[in-house]
Amino acid sequence: MSATTAVRSPRARCGAGVAAFALRWGFFAVVVGVWQWVAAAAYHPFFPAPAEILDTALRLWFTGGFPSGAVVDGPLASLGRVVGGWALASLLGVALGTLLGLSRSASVAAGPVFAFFRSLPLPALVPVFVLLTTLGTRMVLTVVVFGAVWAVLLATVDGVRSVDPVQVETALVYRVPWSVRLFGVVLPAALPKVFAGLRVSLSQALVLVVVAELFAPNGGLGAQLRDAQNKFDFAALWAVLVVLGVFGYALNTALLAVERRLLGWHRAAAGSLGGP
Amino acid sequence: MRDALLRVCGAACVLLVWEAAGRSGLFLDGYLPPPSQVFPQVVHLLGDPEFLLGVVATVLSWAIGLLIATVVAVPLGLLLAARPLARAASRAVVEFLRPIPTVAMVPLAVVAVGGGPETKIGLTAFAALWPVLFTTMYAYDEVEPLLVDTARAFGLSRSRVALRVALPSVAPFVLTGVRLSAAIALSVLVGVEMLTGTSGGIGEFILLASSGATRMDRVLAAVVVAGVLGYLINEGLERAQVRWFGWRGAEVGAG
Repeated sequence: MSATTAVRSPRARCGAGVAAFALRWGFFAVVVGVWQWVAAAAYHPFFPAPAEILDTALRLWFTGGFPSGAVVDGPLASLGRVVGGWALASLLGVALGTLLGLSRSASVAAGPVFAFFRSLPLPALVPVFVLLTTLGTRMVLTVVVFGAVWAVLLATVDGVRSVDPVQVETALVYRVPWSVRLFGVVLPAALPKVFAGLRVSLSQALVLVVVAELFAPNGGLGAQLRDAQNKFDFAALWAVLVVLGVFGYALNTALLAVERRLLGWHRAAAGSLGGP
Repeated sequence: MRDALLRVCGAACVLLVWEAAGRSGLFLDGYLPPPSQVFPQVVHLLGDPEFLLGVVATVLSWAIGLLIATVVAVPLGLLLAARPLARAASRAVVEFLRPIPTVAMVPLAVVAVGGGPETKIGLTAFAALWPVLFTTMYAYDEVEPLLVDTARAFGLSRSRVALRVALPSVAPFVLTGVRLSAAIALSVLVGVEMLTGTSGGIGEFILLASSGATRMDRVLAAVVVAGVLGYLINEGLERAQVRWFGWRGAEVGAG
């Protein structure tokens, strides 16, 4: 397997990539096509055809020019909250996690608290914050930061704790300044684990935004879902789900691309050393 | 010994900060009850048959949802992994379906199916499907080809190879997937219970306690119980993994 990939020319690899891409999205198109055909033939109100969902999406979000009020209040508001809340949680998680991880005692002491929040069903936190903050973006962001921070925090502590002590001690012996030790030795070595935490917290952020918007009148896509539910507007319900799928796919793909760029050296180093 | 002391200190610190915040007057009366009010409420709830019934409902739905997800995802994962074409073709569909938050399907499910237990179990199973599916697919790639070839050379049929060789090899990884799914399933289940409000369980209890005459002490007590439940589930599955597949050692962790 590895022998054949090694012999392949870059051009052949590129061709294989194009073929895989075409296969993947071709099958996707076939699934959507079959759905369209079955839905149009069965004509069941619960399962509208993709064309109808697209129509509804255009009507919902694109009547009256592109930056219509509905698109700003719905999909864009939710997307902003997901990205903003996740970014805040990530910054907080990496900063606190690095501080805690540098001290063995601190990371041991934080253990039980982390274990609790790691296993807590996060949606249960939403009602707690309904009273503690004002409704709207502020509440959604508070919920996302408080809920999504734990995965990053845990992964960062784990990553910092698992840095090879020989590297840290070598840097100490050579009297490398602490800032370089932190940003040049400890954090890069912790980065692979940090990214695993970032991926988990991204999907948690998406879930928490949806729960917070469905649970309380906070606007966003959740409010449009509730509205569609009250009107029995099935096409609109499906349209929101499709938008959420697109957001999730786009955010995951973007994060993976960043990870691949930042961690390319890591995989190369692990490979050349014959590591796992 | 020292570590145990540190852990107790860490937990005590968090409780003290919470107690101080609850008594500080920063929040309106009763909005953030301190642990000195919440923990007696936890004890009270654990003696309340109605609440315990809710816990049982949640645990049962969680177990059924997880079981359905595992029974569907393991064969599907093996099938997709064994057929590279199917795996490549299904990728876009899977990558698109997976990130949709299951809780967003609640309004659709409530209108189409209703707010009963079948909705929450179905949605839980859907959410729990993905980690098991992915770990099974990755695990299949790790199956030692020598074992498969040997079994084939001895004349075992494809289905028997899958059952006798591939399944035991992927089992430790599958359990890792089930552990990931277990946490996601509980989280989604409580969310769905909260959002439907008619399907029982801890989530419905939290919803009822937080609406109307808001009883934050009861809300927080139920959140604490939910967290402990999640912790017990996670810990139990981790122990089961060590016990059943401890001989796989490092490989288990690598999944």
